[in-house]
Amino acid sequence: MAVPRFAVLRFPGSNCDQDAYYVIRDVIGAEVEYVWHQDSSLAGFDVVIVPGGFSYGDYLRCGAVARFAPAMEALQQHADQGKLVLGICNGFQILCEAHLLPGALIRNQGCKFICKHVDLRVENNQTPFTSSYTEGQIISIPIAHGEGCYVADEATLDMLEQNNQILFRYATTVRDEVTTGNPNGSMNDIAGICNARGNVMGMMPHPERASESILGSVDGKGVFTSMVQSMMELAV
Amino acid sequence: MNLQAALDMGLNTAEFEKIQSILGRVPTLTELGMFAVMWSEHCGYKYSRPVLALFKNYKEAQEQGALENAGIIPLDDKLGIVFKVESHNHPSAVEPFQGAATGVGGILRDIFTMNARPIANLNSLRFGPLDNTHNRYLFEHVVAGISHYGNCVGVPTVAGEVVFHPCYNGNPLVNAMAVGVVDRDHVAGAAARGVGNTVIYVGSATGKDGIHGATFASVELGPDSDSKRPNVQMGDPFMEKLLIEATLEALETGCIVGIQDMGAAGLTCSTCETTTKAGTGMEIDVRLVPLREANMTPYEIMLSESQERMLCIVEQGKEEVVVSVFKKWGLHAAIIGKVTNDGMVRIKDKGEVVAEMPSTALTDMCPTYYLETAEPEYISTVQSFDPSSLKEPHALEEPKTYNECLLKLLDSPSLASKRYVTEQYDSMVQTQTLLLTGSDAAVIRVRGSEKCIAMKIDGNGRYCYLDPFVGAQIAVAEAARNVACSGAKPAGVTDNLNFANPEKPAGFWQFKRAVEGIADATEKLGIPVVSGNVSFYNETPAGPIYPTPTIGVVGILEKAELACGAAFQEEGDTILLLTAYQDPAYGLGGSEYLSVIHGIEAGHPPLLDVQGEKRLQELLVEAISGKLVASCHDLSDGGLACALAECSMLSGLGALTLFNPKENENIPPSALLFGEAQGRVICSVKGEIELRSLTKLCDKHQIECKWIGSVGGDTVRIALGTEDLISLKVDELKSVWEKAIPQRMSREYSL
Repeated sequence: MAVPRFAVLRFPGSNCDQDAYYVIRDVIGAEVEYVWHQDSSLAGFDVVIVPGGFSYGDYLRCGAVARFAPAMEALQQHADQGKLVLGICNGFQILCEAHLLPGALIRNQGCKFICKHVDLRVENNQTPFTSSYTEGQIISIPIAHGEGCYVADEATLDMLEQNNQILFRYATTVRDEVTTGNPNGSMNDIAGICNARGNVMGMMPHPERASESILGSVDGKGVFTSMVQSMMELAV
Repeated sequence: MNLQAALDMGLNTAEFEKIQSILGRVPTLTELGMFAVMWSEHCGYKYSRPVLALFKNYKEAQEQGALENAGIIPLDDKLGIVFKVESHNHPSAVEPFQGAATGVGGILRDIFTMNARPIANLNSLRFGPLDNTHNRYLFEHVVAGISHYGNCVGVPTVAGEVVFHPCYNGNPLVNAMAVGVVDRDHVAGAAARGVGNTVIYVGSATGKDGIHGATFASVELGPDSDSKRPNVQMGDPFMEKLLIEATLEALETGCIVGIQDMGAAGLTCSTCETTTKAGTGMEIDVRLVPLREANMTPYEIMLSESQERMLCIVEQGKEEVVVSVFKKWGLHAAIIGKVTNDGMVRIKDKGEVVAEMPSTALTDMCPTYYLETAEPEYISTVQSFDPSSLKEPHALEEPKTYNECLLKLLDSPSLASKRYVTEQYDSMVQTQTLLLTGSDAAVIRVRGSEKCIAMKIDGNGRYCYLDPFVGAQIAVAEAARNVACSGAKPAGVTDNLNFANPEKPAGFWQFKRAVEGIADATEKLGIPVVSGNVSFYNETPAGPIYPTPTIGVVGILEKAELACGAAFQEEGDTILLLTAYQDPAYGLGGSEYLSVIHGIEAGHPPLLDVQGEKRLQELLVEAISGKLVASCHDLSDGGLACALAECSMLSGLGALTLFNPKENENIPPSALLFGEAQGRVICSVKGEIELRSLTKLCDKHQIECKWIGSVGGDTVRIALGTEDLISLKVDELKSVWEKAIPQRMSREYSL
């Protein structure tokens, strides 16, 4: 198999679409194309990225309108085939609204938009999204959201914990001890999760903003290299 | 319409007569409204124009009829930097969230209407003190409005300033600046060229919001200002985001011959300005304009300042190409008229003419006034204050020690950490913002170019109050110095002139002197003023604001990896104090120290030697390009002590510094620590080789280079011989500095 092909979905109001596009093209060196929200096919793509932003102005609820776009049906099929889907920030919210991922994202505790670098702990490195990391690794990736507080009912949280579906947790080390660095009140310090099958992942932090040293961190690049690697392995 | 109607709209008797003589008849309601907004100071610059001619670029552009929405300077062979600042002071005073949000929206449209993609937002904000509940409300909601709009449109907010002072009680200043990048061969113009070309309205529908917003901006704020809330526009950043993408895509088709955003005075302004520029006329029918309410009158439609709208002049026959792009993005795109050859702006309502006048009547024929100036009485009083009469802190009741002084300064909201504000802004979207921990200027890399753009906006109302000429010069010098501290060469200026009522001779004197100061400093520094905005009538019944010109400077950095921040980098690095020229009064006049510790706002502002500033900036650019400097931070508000503390707090690394008592015999310790003498920076330097090269460079540029200490430890120490003037743990400094604003904001606020 050749280098995997990425699609970046574009909704009206997406604003991290270009950032994802450039990382994949210029930093990772994979093939990438934009797919307009009204297109109904994702044929030929190996990975679909649902980027950050304010799709449909976040009206009604973050991601609530975007889930009805024609491209979302295609995304459902893409996921059903076991292909990879990564939702970042608003993309994570959309995936939750579309029930491709469990739970929901609500207003940050403190009610303010927060943009800053946060530390995350890699909880599970046995996935196509995290294989470039070591388990327990602490990485620094920026967040930029007003509604990133992850909530779910107890049964869902238990399931996520037991199935190792929590891939990233807000965590930081203070004097060599890991402690919570939860910026938004997310339950169980959740920053990123995957579905039970392990091919759909959503995360609030922006790995595309932490993939070049000139931007202050390369800790997010692993998310992209993991996906590329897993596609290459699949091909072997 | 009669004289009373004209007076109610802010026109005067002579202006009403002039309108009648231009038309040869009494104006209709719609016509009168159109004249009133276009002849307001806000749109017509009728008071400020003669003074603004002091700016060379402005004068030339005005004479050539080439005033564009924003200014351009070259970035490299191919790309240009487009940037401008604009105020939204009055709307923010009565409706802070929407006022500030639409300020951001408006300035962004000035950028992308020129076919430039917006790459950064900056803002300069001023409020009354935070111990007042209403000021807390204004501060909270202005910041939330900027955050709401800027974050959603996907343009990072990367730099700015926030200042608190009682003179801004009830009259906050909200200045928004935007920067964009354009292919210089494809800059879009705003002229309605080509008779027979089609006029297309695009963007959001027109509603009843913002009617007479420009007129409202051209009077003082008063007790009835709250009733002006309906004059404030409502912003929708989602629409703006769509409009950015659609406009840039539509311009790429090459079918648009002219385009102008609809900001102040909406359809009125865009129709008459585009035709005046092209020497053409225009005929539109208001019933073809997409409306939010069916029953809007022509008057309301022509004067509405609804946001997120543009007027496109499209080549005849190519309408479908343009319309389809806007439709794809889900925006309105309606053909509303055509370009004519008779020089008239003709407004119809279902075919019936409701307003008709020469387009130049609204623009070029706007009266120009040469207003009186008179030096305000307070000037001689405040300037006669002699800072050398001051007591040192140990003779005060409190704070008694220099340590306490420094902590008190860092706890004052103007000097305190602005993290409370900046973390609410998305500063990283577009992944072009270089991460520089607390740099003096923001640095943005540009895709498609080797080069980066550094940017900063700055001002000092107190200096300008004491001496508007010098204060304005300092604002220019400091913003440019900040840019140079990042390693970039200052390249262009945009200014926002926030002043009181120009019709009062004292207010106009302040304005004129400040503009003279800006013109002088920018000319000597060789950085042109390419765009700007004037905001008058910043005055409440309690009095006028301090004259507050804010200066935006952009600079060019040759390579991203050269970018230099303010935070100390490594234990053991040498700390140097670079001084371009001496100030015999040590810059104590008008200083933060004088205000915060002694409660005095008087004296002369610090001395400014523009040539010295130029030498310093040239040195910095050369030194940073040669990778001689590890960190660089300019000395400004709070002087040396605050600057050192900042370099330490940003890095977590202490500083051990020592001053020779003999060399500093004549200077009071408070002046050494907190004096705001200009033309100075502190650098940290890594090794011997760098140190030697830097010393040589300083000689070449005639800059005094003094070793003052080294980076390291957990304490900021400033010793004068054997005596520790300052000795405080970095953690303690940081805790005070970081908590100052959140602590004050944890209290309730109200309308």
